Amino acid sequence: MDKFSQSFITEATELLENLENDLMELKDSPADKELIDSVFRAMHTIKGSAAMFGFEIIADFTHDIENIFELVRSGDLIVSPELIDLIFISRDQISDMLTEATGATKADADKGKEIIKNLQKFSKNKTEEALDEYGSHPEKMSIDSANSNLDKTYRIRFKPDINIFRTGTNPIFLIEELELIGTTKIICHTDSIPDLAQLDPESSYVYWDIIITTDAGVDAIKDVFIFVEDSCELLIETIDEGYSFENDSDYKKIGEILVSHGDITQEELNEALSSQQPIGQILVNLGKINPSTIAAAATEQEEVRKIRSARQQRVDVSSIRVTSEKLDRMVDLVGELVVAQARLNQIAHENQSPDLVAVAEEVERLSGELRDSTMEIRMLPIGTTFSKFKRLVYDLSKDLGKEVNIYTEGGETELDKNVIEKLNDPLIHIIRNCIDHGIEKPEVRKTAGKPQQGTVRISAIHSGSNVFIHIEDDGAGINKERIRQKAIEKGLIGEEALLSEKELLGLIMEAGFSTAQEITSVSGRGVGMDVVRRSIEDLRGSIEIDSTEGKGTHIIIQLPLTLAIIEGLQVQIGEDYFILPLSSVEECIELTNGDTTNERGSNLIHVRGEVTPYIRLRDWFGFSNKRTAHEQIVVTNMNNHRIGFVVDQVVGEHQTVIKSLGKVYENVEGISGATIRGDGTIALILDVPKLIEVVESEIKAA
Amino acid sequence: MSDNTQSQINQYLTFSLDSEIFAQSISEVREVLEYATITRIPKTPEFMLGVINLRGNAVPVIDMRLKLGLPKTERTVDTCIIITEVQMEEGENIFGALVDSVHEVMEIDQDTLEPTPKIGTKIDSSFIRGMAKQDDGFIMLLDIVKIFSDNELNTIQKTTEDQIEEEKMEVLTT
Repeated sequence: MDKFSQSFITEATELLENLENDLMELKDSPADKELIDSVFRAMHTIKGSAAMFGFEIIADFTHDIENIFELVRSGDLIVSPELIDLIFISRDQISDMLTEATGATKADADKGKEIIKNLQKFSKNKTEEALDEYGSHPEKMSIDSANSNLDKTYRIRFKPDINIFRTGTNPIFLIEELELIGTTKIICHTDSIPDLAQLDPESSYVYWDIIITTDAGVDAIKDVFIFVEDSCELLIETIDEGYSFENDSDYKKIGEILVSHGDITQEELNEALSSQQPIGQILVNLGKINPSTIAAAATEQEEVRKIRSARQQRVDVSSIRVTSEKLDRMVDLVGELVVAQARLNQIAHENQSPDLVAVAEEVERLSGELRDSTMEIRMLPIGTTFSKFKRLVYDLSKDLGKEVNIYTEGGETELDKNVIEKLNDPLIHIIRNCIDHGIEKPEVRKTAGKPQQGTVRISAIHSGSNVFIHIEDDGAGINKERIRQKAIEKGLIGEEALLSEKELLGLIMEAGFSTAQEITSVSGRGVGMDVVRRSIEDLRGSIEIDSTEGKGTHIIIQLPLTLAIIEGLQVQIGEDYFILPLSSVEECIELTNGDTTNERGSNLIHVRGEVTPYIRLRDWFGFSNKRTAHEQIVVTNMNNHRIGFVVDQVVGEHQTVIKSLGKVYENVEGISGATIRGDGTIALILDVPKLIEVVESEIKAA
Repeated sequence: MSDNTQSQINQYLTFSLDSEIFAQSISEVREVLEYATITRIPKTPEFMLGVINLRGNAVPVIDMRLKLGLPKTERTVDTCIIITEVQMEEGENIFGALVDSVHEVMEIDQDTLEPTPKIGTKIDSSFIRGMAKQDDGFIMLLDIVKIFSDNELNTIQKTTEDQIEEEKMEVLTT
């Protein structure tokens, strides 16, 4: 496939993703004109580029959908759930067609025809209907009234091409059309009209400045000029955002206007201004207010300004597209640089040369910054994943006969690309569970006194070097007694076992646990939360469940920002070095004989009154060398499972570039990878969740 | 590969293990390193020595003598690690093989190869492709791919539990 077709497919795929989003939102607010326009534009672009790159089938297909939205745009057709469904199916069909173009699978041509037929039926019916009611135009009214956009003011500089009349366009009609959108103030510039002798009656010499205040949005204005875009000079500027008083600073101050008119000079203005005191100062002087209130107000003002300028910058940034392989390569190189830098540091400190140390420190700083910004490049907002869930929830709730609303929050939270990719399946599984097992059928909800529509809320929050993802539903919650019964049945716990609520809920994520009594096509295949937990832990994250029966379930996932480099704690056992992920380490303490008790053959230590099991890594790994006199114990905590690891010595923090151990050592128990130490030797990274699992099962067996 | 394919295939790197001389095709050899510190990996079979740092990557090393059923390698000044590339189903794999000493690259004519005797040798004959005569002794040609793709290497610690979990994951993703 050539480069252009490839880029068309990439572009179209992206557009389809956005389209899905827009459709989901449109479902909730069917009268939102901007959304309708956005859908229309997406279809229009796909159609246009498809035709340009020779994908005629896609172009033809899209054309029909575009037609439908043309009707919606003009207000002749209301967005109904059936229509949305149909567009969804069409979207999937286009997506299939695109895959077909890449040669992967074949799109179902018959299905395509069927969709077209339905679409045409739709447009025909509705057009007729609309024609019947043409006089009153109720749909259009509903769109206008539902549009709660704020009034904004724009300045339009419209300078038609001198030859505009020859294309059969009358600029006056365009201006009249503008008058329909909003309140206008029109200034006509006639300065370029030549003398009568030179005047060509078929040419256009005038241009206009139009100040328009409208709630229709800038796209509506652009639409007016859509056919003359190429044959005129068109400049649309927002001159007033129209929010409220807070925006008052946006209009020109008197001084500025005077200067711009040339009535006074800038110097004169500055002189006049310097004699003036800030409003805050005046108020304080008058004793109307105390200085701290002013300071607070000033901070608020500063904040608003910062946000605004940040927003401005966001609009200005340009972006480039690179393949992810290039980024992966870059991360590898940065990893190697960090390793080399660690060596340089070590050598510099051994040699005691101040110059070398200075250079080493400089390199350390630079490589640290380079590492951070490289990692940042790989960060993607999690929002794209979230929007996929909207569709999932929509489809699922329809299949299961439930009514579910999904709300997402924090879609702009950024995570490493690889983390996002690997997070997809576990999250889908959790959401499926929420809808299948959590949210009740509408009738049940009604009798329970809950709103008929269930709610699933997904949010992502950034905190330190972690991201927290919350998935909440207001469904039936988890029946803890049933979990208990089931766990006893499956032999996961003893009959008399005393478990906290958290521990009990944690049992859901044990292997081979599924409480669904009725197996549906959605979940309950026995593929349980244990797989979800394992995948989250593979990402070095953790998962926690909280549930109140009758009220709903809350699942919290904690994830590291990136996979390639972690902060680690280096420990030593004999000649061997190991790394524990710092995020799982709680504390390091000296192991003295007084702390330990030996119950049922397992090792337990009292840490601040809490009994914590521990293992001696030396024994567990089967190292034959002798124990040192003073051992240290590193207490780790994963998902509220606390385990201590006994080591000879804690060396310190280590910037850990994670290296794979390759296929051969892939399944070694308790080791998840390797890293290169400053002196070029290798340290092994401990797989803490796995170790905890092993130790706990050993304790249980004992 | 180009025209010299034939001669490349006939070229072999010879090395010694215990008192015997072995050879492997140089097309599989990436480089020969001096002995470097090997980081052991706990809970793995004895012949798998661990990993070395090869320009920033962790490369597994096996003790060739133990793998072939000979006594454990004692480290001397001549001890070398032959870095070997093996094409496997899942793609290219890189291993290091610890040997007593490396000798030379020599040509061995395929036609002069003799079949491996089933008896009279201390080592596991399934890893030997054939024997070549040199002076008055024999050189044993190793089937490197077979050694490195041996089940024992690829299935360490792969418990049934892991397999079940993998199957589950598949169901989950479909």
